[in-house]
Amino acid sequence: MRAAVVVFPGSNCDRDLAVAFEAAGVEVTMVWHKETGLPDGIDIVAIPGGFSYGDYLRCGAIAAKSPICRAVADHAGRGGYVFGVCNGFQVLTETGLLPGALLRNAGLKYVCRTVGLKVQTTGSDFTSGYSAAEVINIPIAHHDGNYFAAPDVLAELRDQDRIAFTYTDNPNGSQDDIAGVLSQNRRVLGMMPHPERAADAGHGGTDGVALFRALSGALETV
Amino acid sequence: MKARVHVMLKNGVLDPQGAAVRHALGAMGFDMVTGVRQGKVIDLDLAEGASEADVTEMCEKLLANTVIESYSVEIL
Repeated sequence: MRAAVVVFPGSNCDRDLAVAFEAAGVEVTMVWHKETGLPDGIDIVAIPGGFSYGDYLRCGAIAAKSPICRAVADHAGRGGYVFGVCNGFQVLTETGLLPGALLRNAGLKYVCRTVGLKVQTTGSDFTSGYSAAEVINIPIAHHDGNYFAAPDVLAELRDQDRIAFTYTDNPNGSQDDIAGVLSQNRRVLGMMPHPERAADAGHGGTDGVALFRALSGALETV
Repeated sequence: MKARVHVMLKNGVLDPQGAAVRHALGAMGFDMVTGVRQGKVIDLDLAEGASEADVTEMCEKLLANTVIESYSVEIL
């Protein structure tokens, strides 16, 4: 099992993500944003949190047009796994790999605290390690996490069981309390909360571990 | 050639920054303000031969996120 963690100028959760994957038994390669291709044999590409390109223009907008993101889109097009956390989720919506957009938090404040997340679907290789409707505690740290999608897109997400996580107490104004969504083939997940920051007892919580373990188990059989 | 691109959040998309500006104006006594929407202006210097269609393509591909934003192009 091999994961590539993409590093943009301004990424700041890239190493946390790598450590969480490695703890789950996944071999990790860091990939700089100017690379035009992914290393051979990559099963999953992870786009980390941070402030790629200083959030210039819109969060994730410039990163989404970087050379590596074309390779990431090709990887997803071939049915490869992609996981975007926080700024990574913003990048995935900007590339069009996931629907919707992340707006400024409704309260206008940067919110940095641990929140409750309800597992809305266990029907994905990211969430199969949780039980249905389980509430887990995962940190958030963002200014632009207010999920927005047109009404028909929201209906499609609901109908296709593609809402992965919702907030138990909406911290940012997201529509339908949405914290993370899946692609149609369920192999691309974007989420604002940081499971890699709840992946070691030293973090003060380990509710994120099940996501990395489930993914690692699924990738073994790909 | 110069072009000016205006990018605004679409109607119906919450604009918390605009709302905060409206509240501040109200608190300053500008009671006549009933709504504020905040957007961006992007000025482009373009080489000879560039067209409005080029700028529109830039808007579609990068300058605006058409999921949440609308844009207009002005050739100066």
